[in-house]
Amino acid sequence: MKKKMSSLIASLNTWTSSEGFKSFASSLLAILFGLVIGFVMLLFSNSRYAVSGLMALLSGGFAEGMSSMGDVLYLATPIIMTGLSVGFAFKTGLFNIGGSGQYLVGAFTGIYIGATWTFIPDSILWIVALLGSMIAGAIWAFIPGLLKATRNVNEVITAIMMNYIGVYLVNYLIPLSPIYDSTRNQTVPPRSFIPKAGLDKLFPDSGISAAILIAIACVVIVYIVLNKTTFGYELKACGYNSNAGRYAGINEKKCIILSMVIAGALAGLGGGLAHLANTGKYISVVDVLPQDGFDGIAVALLGLSNPGGIFLAGTFIAYLRQGGFYMQKYGYVTEVINIIIATIIYCSAFSAAFKSFITKAKTNGLKFPSKKEKKVAGEEK
Amino acid sequence: MDYIIEMLNITKTFPGIVANDNVNLLIKKGEIHALLGENGAGKSTLMSILFGMYQPDKGEIRLEGKPVKIKDPNEANRLGIGMVHQHFKLVGNFTVLENIVLGAEDTKMGVLQLKEAREKVLALSELYQLKVDPDAKIDDITVGMQQRVEILKMLYRDNDILIFDEPTAVLTPQEIEELIKIMRKLAQEGKSLIFITHKLNEIKQVADRCTILRKGKYIDTVDVSKTSAEEMSEMMVGRKVALQVAKEDMTPGEAILSVRDLCLKTDKTGKNKLNNISFDVRKNEILCIAGIDGNGQTELAYALTGMMPISSGSITLKGEDISKASIRQRSVKGMSHIPEDRHKDGLVLEYSLEENLILQEYFTDQFQNKGFLKFDKIREFANTLIDQFDIRSGQGAQTTVRSMSGGNQQKAIIAREITKDPDLLVAVQPTRGLDVGAIEYIHSKIVEQRDNGKAVLLISLELDEVMNLSDRILVIYEGEIVGEFDPRQVDVKELGLYMAGSKRAEVK
Repeated sequence: MKKKMSSLIASLNTWTSSEGFKSFASSLLAILFGLVIGFVMLLFSNSRYAVSGLMALLSGGFAEGMSSMGDVLYLATPIIMTGLSVGFAFKTGLFNIGGSGQYLVGAFTGIYIGATWTFIPDSILWIVALLGSMIAGAIWAFIPGLLKATRNVNEVITAIMMNYIGVYLVNYLIPLSPIYDSTRNQTVPPRSFIPKAGLDKLFPDSGISAAILIAIACVVIVYIVLNKTTFGYELKACGYNSNAGRYAGINEKKCIILSMVIAGALAGLGGGLAHLANTGKYISVVDVLPQDGFDGIAVALLGLSNPGGIFLAGTFIAYLRQGGFYMQKYGYVTEVINIIIATIIYCSAFSAAFKSFITKAKTNGLKFPSKKEKKVAGEEK
Repeated sequence: MDYIIEMLNITKTFPGIVANDNVNLLIKKGEIHALLGENGAGKSTLMSILFGMYQPDKGEIRLEGKPVKIKDPNEANRLGIGMVHQHFKLVGNFTVLENIVLGAEDTKMGVLQLKEAREKVLALSELYQLKVDPDAKIDDITVGMQQRVEILKMLYRDNDILIFDEPTAVLTPQEIEELIKIMRKLAQEGKSLIFITHKLNEIKQVADRCTILRKGKYIDTVDVSKTSAEEMSEMMVGRKVALQVAKEDMTPGEAILSVRDLCLKTDKTGKNKLNNISFDVRKNEILCIAGIDGNGQTELAYALTGMMPISSGSITLKGEDISKASIRQRSVKGMSHIPEDRHKDGLVLEYSLEENLILQEYFTDQFQNKGFLKFDKIREFANTLIDQFDIRSGQGAQTTVRSMSGGNQQKAIIAREITKDPDLLVAVQPTRGLDVGAIEYIHSKIVEQRDNGKAVLLISLELDEVMNLSDRILVIYEGEIVGEFDPRQVDVKELGLYMAGSKRAEVK
């Protein structure tokens, strides 16, 4: 028994010293910190229901059992995709802030194809539509990538410009196209939807579809590409040190362009997945960039650009969204709810700071004492 | 005896490594104290502790007899301790003056006051003969000048204890002489100098006493005037070391690399960085390009390896014109490149050792199959190289290269480039900043390459290295070859005249 304990402690110590644990714990700390601030804000807004409001926020994802969980996964799908997009670019040394624009043109292309390409049978039309979304997103990211690679223009600036070009172009095109519903000033629904793949039986009455499976597949693929392939090796080498990449004969221009194109395709696919899920989600003709694109940045930060982490972070933020929905029950207006969720996301940006804090705490001797060390410490006293 | 600094029983461990094990260092006021040891012996760690960057696990630091806690570099500065790091801590797009005052600025109502600072800097640079242009940008000046800026930074802050972390590693022979003069003058004025190095002749020249570390352990503190270089090197390495490379004469074979009328334009002034350079490097030959830093050596290496496009002329490798070939093509055709700056070009510091060891060959069938990396093969390869080249690190093949010592980083690059089995090895300053043991090893590897029928082009600023290794010497000055020599028939003084541009010969 004693032996078991000490070996358990030993493995606990190695585990808590590992990079993975530090990353995980730092994200957890960041979230906790955000929750505390969020709670203070609830107290300010309406102190009477602060505790029940917070509980609703935290438990909302399970409020109606499997149905709520299905909705969480539905909400998570697009932000996992944009998170992957940002995270992938991060890993290769680029900041893809253009996720919103790529997401939007992807969504528009997906709906357009899904609603008008009637010459393709409905059963496979949704696949074609999603491919269209990917290509549109890829094109939108290709331009900043090309300018960065050939003219060394900062991709942040060009990607932001592409965001605005995207939103106004889509606003301009929707009323001109056959997918315009003029009474509601938004797009019509597509004819072909992503199949439910039986998930609606597991998560009844929710927005879930095979979209989440596609997102998970993307998580796995991105993980494999980044960590197992020569292509990922090249991309990361250029991202960490472009000079060394060049020295090793890697075409860093190609890396920059390809990395942006893949990031754009992921965000574009996110737009397609969100709008082809048959949940009545439309593109409205308003001058606003889709939130899901920017959420991707928070998701990537919270997930430390690690595909698995991005999946967890995306699900977590979707979980908060779902919980926020139930907070309205206690009279909290959506603005307050959004501020609280935003605060938590905001704090997630500090997870890097928390990580260095944890590293410091570990090196300053914060660890689980093993029997032997305890004894020595006792003797010293 | 009064010591200004006493570091007593210092112990510091990092994951997998005891960097300092019960080390003592006692510095007298006004002395130049050398700290000698191989790479990874713990010199830099000990100095980082003195400079407040690390906290010791055990031990005590005393300043003029009083125990002090140095919790960060600012504290160290307040106590009068200054440091010139091996890798300079300068802001590239700031001017020299801005870098010197950075962190110690005078402001009036929040506005930076540079006038007095400028006067002080000019006075200091006059006094110590540290020639700098206060308005030049750091990015635009040579490594040698950057170091002078670092020294001025310490002097500007009126530091009394000056730590020099391998200061001569980046300097030309003339600059080293200057530096030694400066160091002597500083000591005369009562400043105490700690001089981290592994160049024994410099210790003999300038230091009063010398403390020797080996593998994190304190070995001894000796009086330099009473100890020979051989004795010190033996204490440092733990065995007898050959300070001269054993090298037999060989008859060079056919030309492997031929360069003809190579020109490279850059520069806003319209001056050619390289001007009509022609030479051959032959089989079984080590050709050295000697010259003072900044005379086109960097550009020459980049032009040959494909990292900079040439303006005119031709480069031929094994009879094949590669003037326009890509970096990858040149590498695959049999050119290896040990780059001048291992951090900038040679390594991906965030990558692990094994990932860096395959940097030039990850795309070959040995390490990939249909685009997927073969991790078991990579690990096997890395472990072989680690054994064969004695690359030391905390966690073996998985160690992040950033955490390795400079010498071991360089060994990793050399292992990678030599294992590629190239026909031509372009080695630019391959022993920059390394210790005697590592230099001996790298020199022997370079000679081994030559003996195995390869061609070696060695671009070096170290005249000792040039004289020691080369079969033939070309001197480069302002982008032109100004002399060709046989190392057995020329002395360092003569070479120096050509390097400084005061003599030149027609080379055909």
